[in-house]
Amino acid sequence: MPKMTMVDALNTALHQEMEQDDSVIVLGEDVAVDGGVFRVTEGLLDAFGEQRVIDTPLAEAGIVGTSIGMAIYGLRPVCEIQFSGFSYLAFHQLESHAARMRWRSRGAYTVPMVLRTPYSGGVRALEHHSESREAYWAHTPGLKMVIPSTPRNARALLISAIRDPDPVIFYEPKAVYRAFREEVPEEEETWPIGKAQVVREGEQLTMISYGAMMRPTLEAADKLAQEDGVEVEVIDVLTIAPLDHETFSESAKKTGRVLIVHEAPRSFGPGAEIVARLVENSFWYLEAPIRRVTGYDVVIPLFAYEKAYLPSADRILRAARETLETPA
Amino acid sequence: MTQTAAEREEPVGSPPQDLSGEQLRWMYRRMLLIREFENTAQIRFEAGEIAGFLHLSQGQEAVPVGTCAALREGDTITSTHRGHGDVIAKGCDVKRMFAELYGRTTGYCKGKGGSMHIADFSQGIIGANGIVSGGLPIALGAALSCQMRNTDHVTVCFFGDGATAEGGFHEALNLSTLWQVPLIFVCQNNLYGLSQPWEETAFQCDLPERARTYHMPAECVDGMDVITVYGAVARAVNRARRGEGPSFIEAKTYRFLGHYVGDPATYMDQEEREGWRKRDPIPRLGRQLREWGYLTDEEAAQIRAEVEEELQAGIEFAKSSPKPPAADALSDVYVHFDHHGEPR
Repeated sequence: MPKMTMVDALNTALHQEMEQDDSVIVLGEDVAVDGGVFRVTEGLLDAFGEQRVIDTPLAEAGIVGTSIGMAIYGLRPVCEIQFSGFSYLAFHQLESHAARMRWRSRGAYTVPMVLRTPYSGGVRALEHHSESREAYWAHTPGLKMVIPSTPRNARALLISAIRDPDPVIFYEPKAVYRAFREEVPEEEETWPIGKAQVVREGEQLTMISYGAMMRPTLEAADKLAQEDGVEVEVIDVLTIAPLDHETFSESAKKTGRVLIVHEAPRSFGPGAEIVARLVENSFWYLEAPIRRVTGYDVVIPLFAYEKAYLPSADRILRAARETLETPA
Repeated sequence: MTQTAAEREEPVGSPPQDLSGEQLRWMYRRMLLIREFENTAQIRFEAGEIAGFLHLSQGQEAVPVGTCAALREGDTITSTHRGHGDVIAKGCDVKRMFAELYGRTTGYCKGKGGSMHIADFSQGIIGANGIVSGGLPIALGAALSCQMRNTDHVTVCFFGDGATAEGGFHEALNLSTLWQVPLIFVCQNNLYGLSQPWEETAFQCDLPERARTYHMPAECVDGMDVITVYGAVARAVNRARRGEGPSFIEAKTYRFLGHYVGDPATYMDQEEREGWRKRDPIPRLGRQLREWGYLTDEEAAQIRAEVEEELQAGIEFAKSSPKPPAADALSDVYVHFDHHGEPR
């Protein structure tokens, strides 16, 4: 199996899907001639031509609105918004139209489109270029919201997203783009949207995270095993909406203790919803208050403060130990 | 100083009637300050001292300097992600700009805004931002405020060619003539939106023609000639101060480098780049000033030395300024009130 970065893996998914389905179209700013600022769409123009790989002007509402129209009329557009912070210019099209078309037409029209966009901190950029606002989309009925964490699950989830009959917001953790390589099978592989993954099994604590925060979370899990002799279970959420709460509560029923990690701001973040689901489904099994390690309720700050803002393995470790030490 | 190819290319012309030697020398010095500020920032960025993104404007200096030379105290501007030149031209201090780039507490935004958001409200800069059409409606509001408060202040909205494909462009132009606000739209058309050639973003690429459909005076000027830019903006400012509403100026210019530091810019044609470099606005004005007797070689050398000294002092100021404590990351979000309605 070839070892790939997440950028390679996403590029492979696009190549494979465009190869086998002529209705898949890629469009966005600098995606064709330039190959995308993060190189995810590199080579697509040469392989599939300018009818299917389209450079657009800076017009986010136009890009998304066009994608909706194409999706309604038989195509499967994969549009790129260059940074997730630029997607707010398209908020209206996503919230008012992409998300509602199936409902509004009572199922007559569907919007099988994917909006790919890099999110997350860790590259010392600044506002509009580093933030995590997945809660906006997860809060919007009608949109699916996916965030991969590794090259392999990124490839599998992007293929699933492209084949999904509904609009999928696909957040790519740019801090992971080139951070490491992973073996990705050459043959096609998908991962169901709406399904979380237990990536490490344990008995004493459940840690739930996703995207770029999976790395510090797993690092903290390693340290707990090495330094404290504690085996924790780690769950990768993968799909933020719809949320796979069965996997969470199954694990919570086993461990009785839960810690949630995300870099999005704390208030009304995905962690809050996960806590609510756990309380609804596994309250009588919990042995300690559920803790959250998250970003703060501020705009993601520029590089001087970025480390302080983002959850680190140390912060996660501290919270995990507090949760483990709380008497039942 | 030896003559470069650029200095031989463009005709000198005759000295402008409405600009004094002092004003022209100010323009020359400001353009040089912007150029060298950005050259310095680039070197420091490449050395790893500055993080984030750095969008440089080498080549475009004549547009902000020619524009801001036509403004006076109380007038306001909005700027963009490529805004170092705009804010230096309006009067920002390079010391505090470098401090911002270095993420220090003495920066204009206490190190939280970085390159893309440098704004000094005391200089009438009401913000720069990384969303390309983000500033247009904001500038419109500022101009409307100038009008409603019965001042004779005007607002200049700087934006790039990329913004003209965004919805905010249309909405701001439409409302500006509807309300006849004292606003000057200055489009710094550097011919590329990141990698995309400007002429591939619209069927109607004649921007003044587009602006005229909203019923405002509009012209396209040579953005590599600071005196021409000044003239066009001065006319627009005069109209705005007289209550005659908005104007639109497209300044054709060129970004000598890539979209950001690190962009290999393979999409830019080599011959095209060399052609525009020959039209560099700084040596061009230098040659004009010498021909017109406004600048000697010694004075030019002294200006350069002063600029270099100012930048060196700026770097030292930035590097010796305190780094912010981590807790500062949590400040300035909004004011919390206690139960008695007092801020806490």
